[in-house]
Amino acid sequence: MIKTVKLPPQITEEKLVDLYKDMWLIRYFDEKVDEFFAKGMIHGTTHLCVGQEASASGACAVLENKDKITSTHRGHGHCIAKGAEVNKMMAELFGRTTGYCKGKGGSMHIADVDKGNLGANGIVGGGIPLAVGAGLTSKMKEEGYVVLCFFGDGASNEGSFHEAINLASIWDLPVVFICENNQYGMSGSVKEMVNIENIADRAAAYGIPGKVVDGNDIIDVMNGVNEAVERARNGQGPTIIEAKTYRWKGHSKSDAKKYRTREEEKEWREKDPIARLRKLLIDEGILTEEKADQLKQEAKHEIESSIEFAKNSPEPSVDELMEDIYA
Amino acid sequence: MREITYLEAVREAMSQEMRENKDVFILGEDIGVYGGAFGVTRGMIEEFGPERVRNTPISESAIAGTAIGAALTGMRPILELQFSDFITISMDQIVNQAAKLRYMYGGKGKVPMVLRTPAGSGTGAAAQHSQSLEAWMTHIPGLKVVQPSTAYDVKGLLKAAMDDDNPVIFYEHKLLYKTKGDVPEEQYSIPLGKADIKREGTDVTIVATAIMVHKALEAAAELDKEGISIEVVDPRTLVPLDTDTIVESVKKTSRLVVVHEAVKRGGYGGEIASAIAESDAFDYLDAPIKRVGGKAVPIPYNPELEKAAVPQVPDIIEAVKETLNKRITTHA
Repeated sequence: MIKTVKLPPQITEEKLVDLYKDMWLIRYFDEKVDEFFAKGMIHGTTHLCVGQEASASGACAVLENKDKITSTHRGHGHCIAKGAEVNKMMAELFGRTTGYCKGKGGSMHIADVDKGNLGANGIVGGGIPLAVGAGLTSKMKEEGYVVLCFFGDGASNEGSFHEAINLASIWDLPVVFICENNQYGMSGSVKEMVNIENIADRAAAYGIPGKVVDGNDIIDVMNGVNEAVERARNGQGPTIIEAKTYRWKGHSKSDAKKYRTREEEKEWREKDPIARLRKLLIDEGILTEEKADQLKQEAKHEIESSIEFAKNSPEPSVDELMEDIYA
Repeated sequence: MREITYLEAVREAMSQEMRENKDVFILGEDIGVYGGAFGVTRGMIEEFGPERVRNTPISESAIAGTAIGAALTGMRPILELQFSDFITISMDQIVNQAAKLRYMYGGKGKVPMVLRTPAGSGTGAAAQHSQSLEAWMTHIPGLKVVQPSTAYDVKGLLKAAMDDDNPVIFYEHKLLYKTKGDVPEEQYSIPLGKADIKREGTDVTIVATAIMVHKALEAAAELDKEGISIEVVDPRTLVPLDTDTIVESVKKTSRLVVVHEAVKRGGYGGEIASAIAESDAFDYLDAPIKRVGGKAVPIPYNPELEKAAVPQVPDIIEAVKETLNKRITTHA
């Protein structure tokens, strides 16, 4: 029994251990992607969420299987946290037929609609109205699921953010809006682009609760999101949760990071969300150093084998080009 | 057969479907007790209640995205966009989301929704409430585009659109709402991608869309007095386009005039003309293809200027006569 922190009731010690490993899966996934981009074996572009693992893992940890998510261009962590298979994800990034989208979507469009991942989105703020629509289905069909809508600090300045959250509010829809404030929209610092301290404060404009959580502390994320999910499930409407975190890597592969200092990066690296959970688990006697290392190694091996799976998967045939446009 | 208006046919198609299928609902601005800007949904909130006739805030991006998200998760929404010009505000959701989700996801998920919207000029609403922007939508793979011209067609095509598992952009012409026609009381479906020959003829084919079908028929009646026999083909749906029917008609008449209200430059008429130019009907042409479309100008307020901005019956007659007076000569 965990003594030093309060947890949502459904989060067991076993679940915390799983989350520790899942966060390593997310980190290793994106680090491998980074490596294979550099090698020229993954093309196009990609956006990495290294350093932001706790907001994805913590938010999805409190969900039930039937719940749904919408994700963003920086969405690999959300996918893994919602239970995606890393093999199929990596194969998608390699553009292979065994990928989630048969190689047609790539990094920014991984989806698993049947399992409740309504998809990543290449348009900043584009997924917010979609999440509201899914919430409307839940309400109209009385399906009882909640939709977690991930977006970033940048998206909170899009019109779709305002329009969609207002709509979810007036209709009391079961949607939890999770703003992962990683401090930068591409190069634009949130300090320059928003004239308020907390994006969550915008909730007041929609007559809904807004709450700031420490996005690098998975426990804080879980508690904040769980409360919002319970409200949503009870028909009390949406909430905005702002998880303050930091993008360790650049915006995308071509980013020289001129807009921020190395000192700032170092400060945030010291708030490593994985290291924090590891310390908690060891301090609480739930994990030993050895066991923690072993879980980390297991995650690493899973990602390495996903690379093998992807490399050994077939490329799509040009005959498939015109398939899947219409249902 | 019973005669009702185009507007009543739209309402009846929706109401009948909503009685049959509880997953179908409507959302849009002022569609509740107000009955919609043109009165199409009048009485529907009383029958179906505010859950299924959802009055929305003025948020075209969010309501389009909400319809898409609902469609992706098992509902079959009908989105009423108050004026088709407002598609500009919901463009990301329609073009980047609705049209592409299925493809981007490798064929998983579908977006069965109908976006109904009144289009066209003639109401004095000026430049931001009178456009015909359907060519934009036809350019986007993943969308279907429908432009019904009669009360009978609108009911059957809307049934087909509601049954379709893809996003369908359904343009209703404002000036057609009050036009009447024979419409069966029972539900029926007109397949998307099937053109209709609205008048048979032998001398010139006119392919016309939406309200221009009626202007073309007027022109045909005038020309008939001069012994010129016009065939009027109404594609009814632009995507998918029934190229075969147009090709066959042109092979018969050897002359083609394409008419739409939308601005001629970049309009869908260019697509139809190209389809004929690329087809085996090309060899049958006795004159160059003629396009008649709106002038490249924002729709003005003054009624006479407004009329001058879009094709009228005399413009169509003139175009037909031009094709009859011109012959393609082979330069040996």
